[in-house]
Amino acid sequence: MEYVMLIYETPLDFEARTSAAGEAFRGAWRAYHKALVDSGVYVGGNPLRAAESGTTIRLKNGKRHVQDGPYAHTKEQLAGFILMELPSLDAALDWAARCPSAATGAVEVRPVAVEVRESMVT
Amino acid sequence: MEDVHRTIEAVARESYGRLVAYLSARTRDLAGAEDALGEALLAALTAWQRDGVPQKPQAWLLKTARHRLIDRIRHEQVRTASAFTLELIADEADEATSAEQFPDERLKLLFVCAHPAIDPDVHTPLMLQTVLGLDAAAIARAFLVSPAAMGQRLVRAKAKIRDAGIAFEVPEDRELPQRLEAVLEAIYAAYGSGWEGAAGADPRGRGLADEAIWLARVLAQRLPAEPEVRGLLALMLHCEARRPARRSPEGRYIPLSEQDTRQWSAPMIAEAERALAAAATHARPGRFQLEAAIQSAHAERAHGARTDWRAIALFYDRLVDLAPTLGARIGRAAAIAEVDGPDAGLALLDEIELAAVSAYQPYWAARAHLLQRLGRKPEAVDAFDRAIGLAEDEAVRRFLLERRG
Repeated sequence: MEYVMLIYETPLDFEARTSAAGEAFRGAWRAYHKALVDSGVYVGGNPLRAAESGTTIRLKNGKRHVQDGPYAHTKEQLAGFILMELPSLDAALDWAARCPSAATGAVEVRPVAVEVRESMVT
Repeated sequence: MEDVHRTIEAVARESYGRLVAYLSARTRDLAGAEDALGEALLAALTAWQRDGVPQKPQAWLLKTARHRLIDRIRHEQVRTASAFTLELIADEADEATSAEQFPDERLKLLFVCAHPAIDPDVHTPLMLQTVLGLDAAAIARAFLVSPAAMGQRLVRAKAKIRDAGIAFEVPEDRELPQRLEAVLEAIYAAYGSGWEGAAGADPRGRGLADEAIWLARVLAQRLPAEPEVRGLLALMLHCEARRPARRSPEGRYIPLSEQDTRQWSAPMIAEAERALAAAATHARPGRFQLEAAIQSAHAERAHGARTDWRAIALFYDRLVDLAPTLGARIGRAAAIAEVDGPDAGLALLDEIELAAVSAYQPYWAARAHLLQRLGRKPEAVDAFDRAIGLAEDEAVRRFLLERRG
């Protein structure tokens, strides 16, 4: 099955991407990424820029309502996603538990809706 | 006609969980497996009346259910099942039905039901339905919710198991203790935790005691090296052994200390003691073994021995260290009151923060008894009133009313 890890990070973790104090965090992430790839479960993924850089759009009565910022204003914000191929939720949760950001933020594991994707590919 | 009905009922009772576990282990689709088995049971009704009961009724049901399952997957193109799984199921089912026995996957199913990704409130209902075949209405009665609400919760949980792809596996050693704890909790919840623990605790009498003991026996058989499983089995057997003594013929509530030990079930106590002794050989004590040890100490009275409250207090000390639940803390206070006097017990009760016990009946019952023994009448009456007001059981209410005076 395909699973996505949605990685939610605290402002501190976002800072750790560039700050001098974040070297340990970045090192942990590099090792984690390598482990994902080496184990053959990694399909794809990307980190995202900070939540403030997000722009949210809704269409109401045909008109664009554009909002500066992320969809939800919470302390922990979506920081990235990783797509994996694994046999079960349990295996996906094992990987989520190893994610460096799970210790400070949160990682949501969701199965990919393969059947929806297939129905949209023409 | 009647015979066929009875045979089907017997086979269903005996093999429901095994068949559901086997049918769902590959597809992870519990609802689909249950539907298929339901249809097979219905088909058996006509086929067995017409052709007689087959030699291997269980194999017949498995084969029929398997065909229904495969038909369903083909027609609905159920998303979780690829063509590959479909073939796998078909092959395996062929093998299994031709073999005398098919593998017992109930252990895996128990771990799925108590999976951390599933709402803990539905762990027990899921087990009761999928492993024992109880219907949602009966489960709803035991849990005091409406059948519709219970049905919905079960449907949601099964959808989550299928869509999230929860593994039908026995967890690895590293995870086993934590995962097993959830399974044991769920089985104990089926028993109905509220029997007489501390003085005057509330025996709800709404547990599914036989079912819970049956599940614990299955688990003990499949995981013989896990002492907590036997600890839980011993605990429930000890409690169950006293059921006949817990009410007078007129339905009055009789507290543990006043029960006629001749009414306790000797075979059940003996089985409990064997289970506890077997658990102890592993030298890995745990919450359920300690609780069983406490009940075992109480059971000594059956041999004419006086209750060894000092030993009981020690078991409670360790239990509170391990799992400081309200029940354990109140039990310890009651035991200490027997060893060091009611004021020592009351001091332990005073340590429990009030917000946690505002609606917890056993606390108020224990408190009332201790205050009464200390001669603090007005406070005792207040505590009795609180305990009476919180009691669910009519017999307990009457008992406390009499004690209050």
